[in-house]
Amino acid sequence: MIDTLRITAEEALGLVERGEVSPAELHAAYREAIAERDEELHCYLTLVDAPDGAASIPIALKDIIGTKGVRTTAGSKILDDYVPVYDATVAQRCKDAGLSLLGKTNLDEFAMGSSTENSAYGPSRNPWDTTRVPGGSGGGSAAAVSAGLAPWALGSDTGGSIKQPSALCGNVGLRPTYGTVSRYGVVAFASSLDQIGPVTKTVRDNARLYRIISGRDPCDSTTVDVPPVEIPEAEDLNGVRVGIARELNEAEGIEPGVDAAVRRAIDLAAELGAEIDACELPRSVEYGLPCYYLIAPAEASSNLARYDGVRYALRREADGGDYYDMVARTRDAGFGDEPKRRIMLGTYALSAGYYEAFYGQAQKVRTVISREFAAAFERFDVLLSPTSPTVAFKLGEKTENPLAMYLADVLTIPPNMAGLPGLSIPCGLSEGLPVGLQLIGPQFSENTLFRVGHALERALGFDTVPERLR
Amino acid sequence: MAITRDDVLHVAKLAELGLTEEEIQRLQQQLNAILDAVGKVSELALDDVPPTSHPLSVVNVFGADEPRPSLPLEDVFANAPAREDDLFRVPPSA
Amino acid sequence: MPEWEPVIGLEIHTHLKTRTKMFCRCEAGFGAEPNTRTCPVCLAHPGALPVPNERAIEWTIKLGLALSCRIADRAVFHRKNYFYPDNPKGYQISQYDEPLCIDGKMSVPGADGDTEIGIIRAHLEEDAAKTIHVGGATGRIVGAAHSNVDFNRSGTPLVEIVTQPDIRSADEAKRFLQLLRQTIVELGISDAEMEKGTLRADANVSVRKQGETGFRTRTELKNMNSFNHIARGIDAEIRRQIQVWESGGEVVQQTLDYEVKSDTVTARRRKEEADDYRYFPEPDLVPIEPPRDLVERLESELPELPGVRIQSLKELVGFESALDLVSTGNERKARLLVEHGLDWTTAANVAMNQLAAIDPLPANGPALVELIKQRERITREALTDSFASSATTIIDVKDVLAQTVVGDASELEPLVDRILAASAAQVESYRGGKQGVLGYFVGQVMKETQGKADPKIVNELLRKKLDS
Ligand SMILES: [Mg+2]
Ligand SMILES: [Zn+2]
Repeated sequence: MIDTLRITAEEALGLVERGEVSPAELHAAYREAIAERDEELHCYLTLVDAPDGAASIPIALKDIIGTKGVRTTAGSKILDDYVPVYDATVAQRCKDAGLSLLGKTNLDEFAMGSSTENSAYGPSRNPWDTTRVPGGSGGGSAAAVSAGLAPWALGSDTGGSIKQPSALCGNVGLRPTYGTVSRYGVVAFASSLDQIGPVTKTVRDNARLYRIISGRDPCDSTTVDVPPVEIPEAEDLNGVRVGIARELNEAEGIEPGVDAAVRRAIDLAAELGAEIDACELPRSVEYGLPCYYLIAPAEASSNLARYDGVRYALRREADGGDYYDMVARTRDAGFGDEPKRRIMLGTYALSAGYYEAFYGQAQKVRTVISREFAAAFERFDVLLSPTSPTVAFKLGEKTENPLAMYLADVLTIPPNMAGLPGLSIPCGLSEGLPVGLQLIGPQFSENTLFRVGHALERALGFDTVPERLR
Repeated sequence: MAITRDDVLHVAKLAELGLTEEEIQRLQQQLNAILDAVGKVSELALDDVPPTSHPLSVVNVFGADEPRPSLPLEDVFANAPAREDDLFRVPPSA
Repeated sequence: MPEWEPVIGLEIHTHLKTRTKMFCRCEAGFGAEPNTRTCPVCLAHPGALPVPNERAIEWTIKLGLALSCRIADRAVFHRKNYFYPDNPKGYQISQYDEPLCIDGKMSVPGADGDTEIGIIRAHLEEDAAKTIHVGGATGRIVGAAHSNVDFNRSGTPLVEIVTQPDIRSADEAKRFLQLLRQTIVELGISDAEMEKGTLRADANVSVRKQGETGFRTRTELKNMNSFNHIARGIDAEIRRQIQVWESGGEVVQQTLDYEVKSDTVTARRRKEEADDYRYFPEPDLVPIEPPRDLVERLESELPELPGVRIQSLKELVGFESALDLVSTGNERKARLLVEHGLDWTTAANVAMNQLAAIDPLPANGPALVELIKQRERITREALTDSFASSATTIIDVKDVLAQTVVGDASELEPLVDRILAASAAQVESYRGGKQGVLGYFVGQVMKETQGKADPKIVNELLRKKLDS
């Protein structure tokens, strides 16, 4: 009997490699766990049977990743019955590695949100406390990995959609350096920010999955060659220079329990041999969120223009209506509140007379943020901070107030604006709920993040299985 | 209020979003609140700062001019809401 | 009455004849069954991403160089956002404030000297799909029952060239376009055929009084599908604007269509909203920074351009013929004939007339010249046949002369005698001073010999008999 709650992807791979368990048996074990717990958690939107001759372990993909022949909704009614005719490059790379698709996981509609409550298919729930959100937008992937419904999963992170749900569900999430993982075939939200990354139980699992999906893709002009991925071994942090950016660690709204857990992790880093020092990112945190909420909606307003009812998916029309009438009806019926809000915001920010004040200015702020981080990384190998200012919040707590919801990403957004990689690992509990530690590095420093994350993970000894499921 | 009802209608038209009366009112109020918050970016004096439209510093990524197979018609129309012969049918667009 | 001066700027779109589309590797080109040259990228499926066609970029730079443009150190693709069924992404990938080619010029030779037309920019973008309006009254757009879309053309590469408003007459606009077209064709980057739609031109037209330095309101003239229509459309619009101003009215900014039948322009239906394309840098693409060595190589590969050749040709054949020769592509034939000893005037004449639709083998140069020089001894039919076959087979001049000409006076003499004997009245009339009647006799001989008699000999024979 396979304990899907406990087993890591690495261990599962070992079982398969040694022939102790067949890929089909493994797939079936996760399907059993899903049958048992997913009604309550609602991690999956679509389930997939193991393909004949599956060669390796299963994986869950966030339902924003296009999968040939398997419905891909992006959490939206507008793509309710959309079945892609091609595979996203990351989906193809998973197939090439022999991974079998377990299913497509729930998310905020078009990855716009921090709780999965914006999913057109209903929210997912946090395995640690089902009255709470799993975070978002990739709440389905994070909750699935936490609850033993997938050995590992892929998410997508625009403003924090991998890191924040990983923090809230107590698992490991990497938002890779922009350009290291192909976006081809991934339903676009904000192209200059979107990045696909692994959600796993351990840092080593994370590095293994990142190794599978990363690397230049000729179908994505914004990808680059990636240095070889190293699976971390070292358990010390000797020689690692760790920066504690004041603004990221003292931001308004960081809960005391979160702050305490992160401080313990920083102390532990020092014990492991890291050199710790303070630094500042004076404008990155204060202006990161406003900058993000201009750039991401602007790009989204354009990316979502293709949902016009002409070539695929939803169409609504009235007798005697013209093309424009059809498009407006389709988009009104198909998009939920959050996409509409962002489309409106983004369209406004780009429209004549406002571009310079909003979008143009936000792009300059982006330069400022990049420069601040670059300066910090002259002194440090990695910056540590909380991933989320809070632990998992209650379902419904922030749905009425978009701005309060946006603040959930206040600490994950600044590095994202600069295209930097960030790893979230669990570093303890606050009020019985997981706290995420964010590790930020310069571009292409994934190996460093894995090394630091792995050493801390070993020293922290966090039990990733939710207490109520142990 | 910074954003007027007319602004909301104009933007909705640009974005081809048919909005209900209730949505128009709610969006006017929410967009004002959000723009108030994000308008913070204009506090900074950044005249000499170049814009960053992309986090990558890569240039000149091209594909060779070599044909690759197109989709079979079956896939082209697999998700089509309306098809007439081998064309996508839409309401009149004049 | 004050003299009005037209002010014209042109916006030209030309299709590049790359093998594949601009941002995907579907085959480009025309004639395929509907929607068979489509893929997730050019159908704008969720998640699809553009990859720019390297050859299209090189060719745009090449054209920019031919137009004396500065090639930008850095060029950026932008998104132009708007909804239409033929625009699958909801945006067109185009270039905006950082185009590939900037600030060029093209010299347009004229009968009274040359004018220089400034080129504001030449940039690269993608074409839209094809919308077919179905049903409705007389198939016109207005009242169409529905539309159908074929995405084969979606995403094919287009270069857009925008001129300064430096053009001062419809004729000059036409000459500019002819020359530009020829340049594009000779660069080998496009067929640039207006009939096929691979070359399209819109005109921005305004008028002002002589001596005014500012510009008055301009209109945009579209939907013209030949050089002549463009010239006529511009003329019609100039007349209309002058009339509006002179009758105390005001020209309003609008888009117009030229209607050939009535030789008038008509306003397009106004859009409900002003255009607001919300341009922003395309985040799915990285900037282009044309490498210096590439630009240098492309520059070194440029052929001698049509404008330059017209300059030298007009000394030899006059301006009109020079322009005609170069802009029709007949110049090459004339050069072939001259090369083998023909004079420029005759060569130009033959190239633009008898050889207009024929593409002779270069090896036939000497034979063609020989035949042209001996044309008086060859029948029209024989000459025409020889010209026509010159595209495919090697001509033997002796054969042509031998096969087609009855040049032996002894063979022709009895015939001439018979004809004169049977035409007493005409003979009398000739001898009475009506020299023109000679033609009648020549005609008769030609008729009897089925056109094979050597006209020179026939003439000599007739004169000899009639004048004696
Ligand atoms: Mg254009
Ligand atoms: Zn294509």
